[in-house]
Amino acid sequence: MARVVVDVMLKPEILDPQGQAVHGALTRLGLTGVASVRQGKRFEIEFEGPVDAAQVDQLAETLLANTVIEDYRITHEDA
Amino acid sequence: MPARIAAVTFPGSLDDRDALRAVALAGAEPVALWHGERKLPDVDGVVLPGGFSYGDYLRCGAIARFSPVMDAVIKGAHEGLPVLGICNGFQILCESHLLPGALIRNDVRKFVCRDQRLRIENADTAWTSQYASQQEILIPLKNGEGGFVADERTLDALEAEGRVVARYLDDNPNGSYRDIAGITNEQGNVVGLMPHPEHAVEPLTGPSTDGLAFFTSLVRRLVTA
Repeated sequence: MARVVVDVMLKPEILDPQGQAVHGALTRLGLTGVASVRQGKRFEIEFEGPVDAAQVDQLAETLLANTVIEDYRITHEDA
Repeated sequence: MPARIAAVTFPGSLDDRDALRAVALAGAEPVALWHGERKLPDVDGVVLPGGFSYGDYLRCGAIARFSPVMDAVIKGAHEGLPVLGICNGFQILCESHLLPGALIRNDVRKFVCRDQRLRIENADTAWTSQYASQQEILIPLKNGEGGFVADERTLDALEAEGRVVARYLDDNPNGSYRDIAGITNEQGNVVGLMPHPEHAVEPLTGPSTDGLAFFTSLVRRLVTA
């Protein structure tokens, strides 16, 4: 079964309040030395047959990521 | 015949009934529109209401944008149909690329619910012609992901073309770039607004009746057309 992983992250210039909140919590837990935290999304998609790479690109571009504010990276993991 | 203005109900919409009520108070005929419809009924305008369509899963408005009715709304908007997106509706308009930019989580990391002063900066859109330019209004605001962002070039273009419809006065509630509370498309028929004019249409329930003019603007436009 073919598997594709799509990682979606806010673009570096976009403020990430969730990442900041996590960063704040780490500090309260006593973890020092953390410079920053950015939070993103990971999609694991399994295909019944072979993967149509162009279709995955389109899926990431139109639905999984909003490219106005987010970047995505597609990784093909062959079983 | 009165103007007919629809409000779409998505799964998770909250303010569809308030939008329909505002339409009626403005003197138009309210038309309830289900998100599963593939065709628009005979209407003169469409409101995409506030709420949490599809539970805000993935991103606010990202899944609603692919609702069957949105194909018809997007097509209509490109042909000049007046469309007003409020709050979640604004998010849906950005996800649909009918409006530029995007809305992200409030910089204050809290859901903000309060009465908000705004300045109407573009009183020439289909939805704001009954305001005076630079008029200050007070209407409710309630959002968790209301921070309007866009790249500098887009923001500069919005300003230069007079497409900033409303700006926050006093404290910026959510970190929106350049205090932007609402914008319009190039044609002025599509407007997205984060605060809620439909909650400020009656003295009993709103902080003012300042929101009603969004709806009367469209009614008036149709009468004089």
